[in-house]
Amino acid sequence: MMSAHAQTTGRMVDLAASPEGAEAAIVVDRFCKSYNGRRVVDELSFSVRRGEVFALLGPNGAGKTTTVETLEGYRRPDGGSVRVLGLDPIRDAARLKPLIGVMLQQDGLYPMLRPREVLRLFAGYYRQPQPIDQLLERVGIDPGTKTICRRLSGGQKRRLALALALVGNPQLLFLDEPTAGMDPQARLATWEIIRDLKAQGVTILLTTHLMDEAERLADRVAIIDHGRLIALDTPERLTGVDSATVLRFVAPAGLDSRALAALPGVQRAEEVRPGSYLLETAPQSMPAVLADLTAWLRDRGITLTELRVGHGSLEELFLRLTGSEMRE
Amino acid sequence: MTTFANTGQSGRAQPQPAQAAPFLRQVGAQFKAELLLTARRGENILVTLILPVILLVFFASLKIIPVSTGSVINFLLPGILALAIMASGMVHLGISTAYERYYGVLKRLGATPLPRSGLITAKIVAVLLLEVLQVVLLVGIALLFYGWRPVGSPGLAILVLALGTITFAALGLAMAGSLRAETTLAVANGLYLLFLLIGGGILPLDHLPAPLAALAQYLPAAAFTQSLQAALTAGAPFPGTALLTLLVWMILILAVAIRTFRWE
Repeated sequence: MMSAHAQTTGRMVDLAASPEGAEAAIVVDRFCKSYNGRRVVDELSFSVRRGEVFALLGPNGAGKTTTVETLEGYRRPDGGSVRVLGLDPIRDAARLKPLIGVMLQQDGLYPMLRPREVLRLFAGYYRQPQPIDQLLERVGIDPGTKTICRRLSGGQKRRLALALALVGNPQLLFLDEPTAGMDPQARLATWEIIRDLKAQGVTILLTTHLMDEAERLADRVAIIDHGRLIALDTPERLTGVDSATVLRFVAPAGLDSRALAALPGVQRAEEVRPGSYLLETAPQSMPAVLADLTAWLRDRGITLTELRVGHGSLEELFLRLTGSEMRE
Repeated sequence: MTTFANTGQSGRAQPQPAQAAPFLRQVGAQFKAELLLTARRGENILVTLILPVILLVFFASLKIIPVSTGSVINFLLPGILALAIMASGMVHLGISTAYERYYGVLKRLGATPLPRSGLITAKIVAVLLLEVLQVVLLVGIALLFYGWRPVGSPGLAILVLALGTITFAALGLAMAGSLRAETTLAVANGLYLLFLLIGGGILPLDHLPAPLAALAQYLPAAAFTQSLQAALTAGAPFPGTALLTLLVWMILILAVAIRTFRWE
């Protein structure tokens, strides 16, 4: 557990330290931000490569939105620096704004305008905007609808907000919890759009609570908590850190966890839910632990209904790194 | 799957650098949206157009206005014009901007290429257009139905209307940028009622109790109204004190608006 922590953190430091120069779309360097003396972001460093989909994961209050909004030019860093497409988000705002597309947590739609009217307005800010009817259809909104934004569903508002973020052909997209409030179909359609954008070379910084969203879309995932970076890597490698060390099985509830923990090579054993068990071991001990476990169960006449080795999910990693207590 | 417009045939090619539209085109797009928003919200039309017309027609027909000199319409028209300008700037602009802030619209606009100056310009031009409509409507009614004839100094009248517009638009924006939306709604409507009662536009100030009249004299509504009345009355003396009072209010309120306005 601690070693996983240290490994990922170590890799993160290397990445942040290596200057990616012109290749980097975003560079966050020892960025600090406090509100009323409370530090919400603490020496955060990472960089996002051009063309990359980068996910920021973290519990509520971890500092995700503060970080994103600083990159968008809404807040000034108290310490450290941020660069976006090689520009300072506040000083070079006029040059940066045409290059970025933004989806904030609050959609910010004019409640009394129809979707097409809002999109036409936003298109008017750019020299060569997207054709608006096509874009509306792409996000699944009928261009002819007379419904004003106030009466759209939460998912529809979110999709319109996505269209607003795309209308100016941004090089870099900031998506703050883009699929919050969407139904599963809309979510899948939105993921499809994000993959297409990536295929076109658009850089995307995404914040999300949804682990499967990060796992499916992101090239790299940064997990932050209490304003600090605690892990940064590809989803495969983040979950792979655990893969060889975790064994899960389903069996009748109430097995003796202590006896399981006493098996040779097992570092930790826990009944995570009634009937659902988790064993941790060193990667090289896994084959032996498997054999010992099945032998242990045979001796007691117990049958497994499910056995899974490795591939911990991002969600499990996330909960282990950030703790499972509720925030806010 | 549809492809995006600027990827061309090369597909994976880096999109060409996105550019902001020229400033005036951005302002034009914003201006159109502001007009659409004004027209679509019935309460705007009510408070900026219908209400002033009702006030004018009602009090001009009632013949109870205690006017010391001249005709009722000569006294009433400048006062109602002033109230109409207050409705456009303070009530309509203030409340709609407050709700745009509340709904996160202003914040969202902050991430677009539209500069803040562009947004303010569009809003002010939209308010000016609304005011032209108000003036045409009210002056037209006064001309056609109440035998009002333009007298006084049109140049001074336009200057006073401009100062009043800036003062009350800034007052609306100052509230919108610093108070909660609900508070702005309440305060703007409350001030409008207060200015209707003690602005000197409908009830002459010299008929108010002396201490109240003395206080009202130095509020922006009375300063605006009296300046406009003087500008639209034949042979009236130059409204030096009232104009100066209005000017001081304008500078004060502008300074507060600029200092306190929050976009989020």
